[in-house]
Amino acid sequence: MRKLTLAIAVIAPMLGHAASAEDTLKIGYIDPLSGGGASVGEGGLKTFQYLADELNAKGGILGHKIEIVPLDNKTNPQESLVQAQKAIDAGVHYITQGNGSSVGAALSDFVTKNNTRNPGKEVLYFNYAAVDPSLTNEKCSYWHFRWDASSDIKMEALTNYMKDTASIKKVYLINQDYSFGQSVRSDARKMLGAKRPDIQIVGDELHPLLKVTDFSPYIAKIKASGADSVVTGNWGQDFALLLKAAADAGLKVNWYTYYAGGAGGPTAVKQTGLDHQVFQITEGFANSGNKAAMDYEKAFRAKVNLSLWYPRAVNEMRMFKAAAEKANSIDPVKVAAALEDLKFEVLDGGTGIMRKDDHQFLQPIYISSFGKLTENEPFDEESTGWGWHLVSKVDTPQAMVSTTCKMARP
Amino acid sequence: MLELIVISTLNGVLFGMLLFLLSSGLTVIFSMMGVLNFAHASFYMLGAFFGFQLTKWIGFWPALVLAPLLVGAIGMAVERYGLRNTHKHGHVAELLLTFGLAFAIEEIVSMIWGKSPVDYRVPALLDFPAFTIFSTNYPAYKLFMLAMSVVIFVALLVVLKRTRVGLIVQAALTHPHMVGHLGHNVGRVFMVVFGVGSALAGIAGVIAGPALVTQSDMAAALGPILFVVIVFGGLGSLPGAFIASLVIGLVQTFAVALNGSLASAFGPLDPSTGPSVLTDIWNVTIAQVAPIVPYMLLVLILIVRPMGLMGTRES
Repeated sequence: MRKLTLAIAVIAPMLGHAASAEDTLKIGYIDPLSGGGASVGEGGLKTFQYLADELNAKGGILGHKIEIVPLDNKTNPQESLVQAQKAIDAGVHYITQGNGSSVGAALSDFVTKNNTRNPGKEVLYFNYAAVDPSLTNEKCSYWHFRWDASSDIKMEALTNYMKDTASIKKVYLINQDYSFGQSVRSDARKMLGAKRPDIQIVGDELHPLLKVTDFSPYIAKIKASGADSVVTGNWGQDFALLLKAAADAGLKVNWYTYYAGGAGGPTAVKQTGLDHQVFQITEGFANSGNKAAMDYEKAFRAKVNLSLWYPRAVNEMRMFKAAAEKANSIDPVKVAAALEDLKFEVLDGGTGIMRKDDHQFLQPIYISSFGKLTENEPFDEESTGWGWHLVSKVDTPQAMVSTTCKMARP
Repeated sequence: MLELIVISTLNGVLFGMLLFLLSSGLTVIFSMMGVLNFAHASFYMLGAFFGFQLTKWIGFWPALVLAPLLVGAIGMAVERYGLRNTHKHGHVAELLLTFGLAFAIEEIVSMIWGKSPVDYRVPALLDFPAFTIFSTNYPAYKLFMLAMSVVIFVALLVVLKRTRVGLIVQAALTHPHMVGHLGHNVGRVFMVVFGVGSALAGIAGVIAGPALVTQSDMAAALGPILFVVIVFGGLGSLPGAFIASLVIGLVQTFAVALNGSLASAFGPLDPSTGPSVLTDIWNVTIAQVAPIVPYMLLVLILIVRPMGLMGTRES
């Protein structure tokens, strides 16, 4: 008898656990949690965990509790596939990833093959930050959905802003020498050429990724070219060191960037003292002026102690919920169908739509500048006392490009 | 053209001196002890983070003295309780120990200070443009770095070549038993040498931290180029490292300034060949490959002169 009670005492919690595990909706978060990309990957993980907690507090998705399963891919495509397989074996049907388009391409391919080979065990891949246009063009997949604006969409929005800024006359391009940097450079050339043929591209530089310690020689070239604006997709130390070298040399230009707001970026800008001369292109930012978004930012910062660098992650999780409710199911096949052409009110205000043709989310894009704050702008970044200030909002119709995707539908 | 040459020379010398600042400690440890210290860049990182923390508490100048002392003390402890025990198992064991240590230090640093860059600023006293040439500013802090490099170079040379201490240290490397019989504590000599080498890395960290990015992966980012410097200059040769730093700094800076490619020299390829690896190579500019030039120099010197510029032995 005692043995039986003991057995029940041991087994009962396990059963309970098994039952609740069945109920939970697991999302595999595959991003770097060690190595050079870890600071970015950890920020993303905290964001998704916050979003999961928030949804769970309101009953989860169709009654299923959400659990974020962190999987460390060390920013390596090969390792990502190992982690994705591990996740699938553990019963995960949704994976999300963002850092590195090479990883994104590998995962998209992997998920597509998996779903062809294992009907009934489909997996969806939610991409929140890998911005290589090819993922929604020649390499597009029905099972991949992207919430971040692709790099050519961001360039479209940026050049739509630049074409109306008469003071821009000479532009210098400096980018990291890999797929993303190269696409920033070629898009900038193409789009500026079409919209403002009078703008001169006075320099076009590619430098190796994360290998440069001293950017002074590059700054000397920018200076010699007489540029008034620089467009760069640089991130991480390539951004920070570039800006420090510019400030040291006393270079006075405007910086149009993709990732000035990334970890360490605001600190670097503040150190250089370039007040409202550094711009960035995002789908939302802390001081956007939208009340709901700013309240959200405040609550997020209070709990996570980070600024909300991924408004698109909020859109992703909320749209996931909306699609599941529309389909009345958490079956990936039905959710995928429901996501197509789903219209959605984004966090920072305005309507976005998940384009059916290529599964690219189309949304309003903001251009903001970094510097001293006015009184209506409560949020600074990285405790610098400086924050983002609205320069221009580019609405959805001005922030889209056509796609060449020929989607293979199941 | 004149502007380009003057500015590139200045930038090259400044960058070269930064490289020497970072690699001097590595050279000292290698030439005096024969230990190739893989954790050197990690000691440099420790210096930067100690510098950052102490600057916050007591200001930059005290930190410039205290942080290297702290790093030196850690270095001595590593020698006393780690390297000394592995020494009898040969160089591979020592190498592996420092290799493991590098990982451990990186993890500890990211545990304490996090993985994001910290806000480590140039001290206000040196935060002004020292001079302007062709409308480009040169910050006083960079000149300070240059001066420190030269001071360290001269001081090390004098101590090693002109004093009794240097004599004993050099003798201890080749004839440890004889030096021991003469009444010197060889173990302590090695411990102090390793400590001094680590402290030099610490100084480099405190000084370079504000100029570069202080974060937990800075050691990994800078490690390879330091090895290029000391191998190119000749393993264990201090003047060699000094010259190698300057050469690498200048070559890299001038390479960035050049826009030439094979296409501009020989005309574009026949368009009918289409995009391929060949067109990539044909169109790549010298500026684009500039940061890889030091590594090409490394390969070249190993083929032509395996002991490096001023090295005395092959290993």
